[in-house]
Amino acid sequence: MENFNYHRPATVLAAAAMLKKSKDGKYMGGGHTLLPTMKQGLASPTDIIDLTAIKNFGGIKLSKTMVTIKAGTTHMEVATSKEIKKAIPALAEMAGKIGGVHVRHKGTIGGSIANADPAADYPSACLGLGATIETNKRKIEADKFFTGMFETALKAGEIITAVHFPIPKKSAHQKFPNPASRYALTGVFLSQDAKGKVRVGVTGAAASAFRATDIEAALAKDFSAKSASSVKIAAKGLMSDMHATAAYRAHLVSVLAGRAVAAAK
Amino acid sequence: MSVVKMKLNGKAVSGDVEARTLLVDFIRQYQGMTGTHVGCDTSQCGACVVHVNGKAIKSCTTLAVACEGAEVTTVEGLAKGGDLHAMQAAFKEHHGLQCGFCTPGMIMSAIDIVKRNGKNVSEDVIRRELSGNICRCTGYHNIVKAVQAGAANM
Ligand SMILES: Cc1cc2nc3c(=O)[nH]c(=O)nc-3n(C[C@H](O)[C@H](O)[C@H](O)COP(=O)(O)OP(=O)(O)OC[C@H]3O[C@@H](n4cnc5c(N)ncnc54)[C@H](O)[C@@H]3O)c2cc1C
Ligand code: FES
Ligand code: FES
Repeated sequence: MENFNYHRPATVLAAAAMLKKSKDGKYMGGGHTLLPTMKQGLASPTDIIDLTAIKNFGGIKLSKTMVTIKAGTTHMEVATSKEIKKAIPALAEMAGKIGGVHVRHKGTIGGSIANADPAADYPSACLGLGATIETNKRKIEADKFFTGMFETALKAGEIITAVHFPIPKKSAHQKFPNPASRYALTGVFLSQDAKGKVRVGVTGAAASAFRATDIEAALAKDFSAKSASSVKIAAKGLMSDMHATAAYRAHLVSVLAGRAVAAAK
Repeated sequence: MSVVKMKLNGKAVSGDVEARTLLVDFIRQYQGMTGTHVGCDTSQCGACVVHVNGKAIKSCTTLAVACEGAEVTTVEGLAKGGDLHAMQAAFKEHHGLQCGFCTPGMIMSAIDIVKRNGKNVSEDVIRRELSGNICRCTGYHNIVKAVQAGAANM
């Protein structure tokens, strides 16, 4: 791993200024994607701006209709939050399935979403719940946030500060983990709001997380496990690699969506 | 280079490190404590697990400079004099190791599991929560047995 200048700002404003001043700087949350990438020689930033010392950068807030998770909140904090377990149990469950305990102790929601790994779990929850991503500059709807493989709507230097999740009537998360890495080979996050609107977020299957609109349409007519699992997803455009073919992933999407409907609460 | 100070197994230590120095290298190379192992390049194996401010983390994926002022515990910090920690004793008693390479990480993770789940932690939870620790030798059965026995004695 190449050497770099290390900074530990106390405010979001100072962090943004430091990044602007650096030649090729990177923010760091839990470092559990950034550091492995640097160790592999796939990234060599000139500066690391560690966000973890920023005051109030982490934390969970609840209103009647919304769960707000600040960017620096770790996966473990989300997985064990009593409030989230009550308001959106599937979200806490999902966070508890990210990596192993050590990854959950360090990895943050902001880092996960900014990184937009095609196999990461949070993107499916953001799409499946219709979240809004807040940055130091603006608010972005999840539907417009994940734009490609490791690509997001974030502009250079923009810092995620919080993610707002509307509380649904029912939700569920189903994940088929890659047994070696624990990332999602395919994962589905499903919700139904008070008006009956269904959202199905899918991760791991394509270059970027997406909404399974065919399954959403089928569930709008008939909210049953069978209705979801009988939708045939096209394999074209899905990922194919040593772990699974595109056809296998396509099959997993409807199978997991069916299981999610059955498990939704 | 910059000086980093932390508490390692209860003792104040410091070292002049590069920004890129990993916590595991600080522990092994600067402090000469080689109980914490490095088993992979990909943050997946868990041989390097230590506790930082009471939480089990992978020291191969943590910068030493980011641990300024932290309390760090490694496997060397567990025994009291000649008496093994209950979890170490259980690994010995139940033959929870063969080559021993994964053992320091297993023990540090095991203690963290008990801290968060209590003495009566179930086999199911132990297996799930050891998913970040890989063992190439044992097949895990005796490790799980050891963790359960160690938990009861903690
Ligand atoms: C062994 C292992 C298993 C894993 N398994 C899973 C899994 O099953 N599911 C899963 O979803 N993930 C998994 N992960 C990834 C883990 O959740 C990461 O921690 C997470 O994706 C990145 O979060 P971080 O806080 O560590 O980000 P970092 O590594 O610190 O940063 C990642 C990227 O985001 C940027 N960034 C960080 N914070 C912000 C911010 N607030 N605003 C803007 N940009 C920011 C950084 O500049 C960097 O480019 C795994 C990781 C490991 C090592
Ligand atoms: S050395 Fe393998 S996870 Fe740290
Ligand atoms: S005892 Fe050899 S790797 Fe676990």
